[in-house]
Amino acid sequence: MAAIELSEVRKVYAGGVEAVKGVSLTIPDGAFCVLVGPSGCGKSTLLRMVAGLEGISGGTVRIGGRVVNDLEPASRDIAMVFQNYALYPHMTVRQNLEYGLKNRKTPKEEIARRVEEAARILEIGQYLDRRPGQLSGGQRQRVAMGRAIVREPAAFLFDEPLSNLDAKLRVTMRAEIRRLQRRLKTTSLYVTHDQLEAMTLADQLVVLNAGRIEQAGSPMAIYEKPASLFVATFIGSPAMNLVPLDGPGASPLATLAGPGRGRQVLGIRPEHMRLLDGGAGVRADEIVLDLVVSGVEVVGAESYVTGRLAHGGPELAVRVPGYSHLEPGAAVKAAAPLGAFHRFDAESGRRLELA
Amino acid sequence: MPKAAFPNKLLPYLLLAPQVLVTLVFFYWPASQALYQSVLKEDAFGLKTEFVGLANFSAILSNPNYLSSLQTTLIFSISTALLAMAPALLLATAAEKVVRGKGFYRTLMIWPYAVAPAVAGLLWLFMFNPTMGTFAYMLRAAGVPWDPLLNGDQAMLLVVVAAAWKQISYNFLFFVAALQSIPRSLVEAAAIDGAGSTKRFWTIVFPLIAPTSFFLLVVNTVYAFFDTFGIIDAVTAGGPARATETLVYKVYIDGFVNLDLGGSAAQSVILMAIVIALTAIQFRYVERKVHYA
Repeated sequence: MAAIELSEVRKVYAGGVEAVKGVSLTIPDGAFCVLVGPSGCGKSTLLRMVAGLEGISGGTVRIGGRVVNDLEPASRDIAMVFQNYALYPHMTVRQNLEYGLKNRKTPKEEIARRVEEAARILEIGQYLDRRPGQLSGGQRQRVAMGRAIVREPAAFLFDEPLSNLDAKLRVTMRAEIRRLQRRLKTTSLYVTHDQLEAMTLADQLVVLNAGRIEQAGSPMAIYEKPASLFVATFIGSPAMNLVPLDGPGASPLATLAGPGRGRQVLGIRPEHMRLLDGGAGVRADEIVLDLVVSGVEVVGAESYVTGRLAHGGPELAVRVPGYSHLEPGAAVKAAAPLGAFHRFDAESGRRLELA
Repeated sequence: MPKAAFPNKLLPYLLLAPQVLVTLVFFYWPASQALYQSVLKEDAFGLKTEFVGLANFSAILSNPNYLSSLQTTLIFSISTALLAMAPALLLATAAEKVVRGKGFYRTLMIWPYAVAPAVAGLLWLFMFNPTMGTFAYMLRAAGVPWDPLLNGDQAMLLVVVAAAWKQISYNFLFFVAALQSIPRSLVEAAAIDGAGSTKRFWTIVFPLIAPTSFFLLVVNTVYAFFDTFGIIDAVTAGGPARATETLVYKVYIDGFVNLDLGGSAAQSVILMAIVIALTAIQFRYVERKVHYA
């Protein structure tokens, strides 16, 4: 039973730089929360404040109902997985796993049992007597996880644990971390800059920008209703297409403007648009846009065709199933359902809802 | 890699010549002279020279003065090495914690290394000279019967401190570099794993800087053996009653003061063997650096 609660947490560095500007967040017991944001958004700082590796300038951090602001990292009942794994290079894998338990004067049989258990879950039994230097990246990653789980802490903290792995291994380990967390049901806080990792891992997704929470919620809720332009472009790949309504080429879309008189930006995701063969098959709830193809990206199962709104406006990406043979310069028509558009205030970047 | 080719056959030898010449003149020539002298016996005026084989060596090795000098050297070297390393490590760990003025602090720490050994010796001599030294005065005022001119142990203490003081800067630099090479996350991981700062130091930091410590141990021992002539000469001149006469200093005393050239040469040959052995240890164990990936 250990929820993590942050209320109005701030971090001000000596010199006045404010890295975290008042973050309030509750991670329910057993939930997997992912903090995502661009580099410098304060996500790692926030995690390190929860861990106790960084002082808290303002606000409170509670773990399992207990205020931990002034507690040493060791007394917070958390375990952390570092980006570079931070395995002790002069100790064997077994000694690495035992270290935290020995420091806490855990009985010998209990240590042996937990190490055994962790080795079984993570399938690192055959490496127990090796040193970290003799292991591959994926194996080291497992040992780092093992060191966290033997502690049986109230919460796991992950600081970009997969960013040192190659792309293929990253996908495997991602699934493994998710499975492990589901199995152990330990509250987890995970920091990443990779939106794909964030989407696939999170129960609760928190998008951070410049030290503030832009949006928090379930991954799909955020994907479907991004609260701001920042979230709209950060979550989803390729990014959401944006068209400033007062910009060039936007006139066919003018009727889609939301309430209010300020400048607005329309957004639409590439997968919500489709290319038309000739002019046929347009449904009543769709708007048709003329595009001049500027590039084609073939991913394999699908292609992304980017084209400019005919009057020299912004580039829009359209997802096309299969292999697109379009050449740059070709004129195409794209259809998009009216209901798929997002509206944002151009000044504040906030989402506008239709009345 | 393509092989560099010189158009002129003579040029590479000309380019090497200065270095080879320096090595020959300043290393091989004296060394061979020492070897040659060590098997000769010469009278104090240099009028008669006689080949005596290994007699000089057997005389030295059975001379109680030489053996006690060997003991003095060991005590002096080990004390100096330890006294030069422990405070350096302490200062280096403290320097890690300095947030502001790190560069300034480190620069100040390096200065003593630039002081010439004889000057360093004089500095300590003046501070602790029984007749005029400020600290000697304070020590006696505090009731310590301080007299390194008569008390051999105090004389030894003084040369050890003077020799170690100079070397602390050098060790400090290496320890700072070694500490910096330890990823911060390792120490943080240990903190989360429940190790207090003392435990972190002994279980994580100290083992990881062990290769550096070993390297410094060898370097400091070599320093104490061979580079402290100036300090000893300035502070105690080997006295009182040979209490601080190390092997290197004895070579000088026997050869240039007592004019026993053969015996002195034999001693330097033995020293040469020690240097070669220490260098071999250094190459064998230190150059093969311990790598943690």
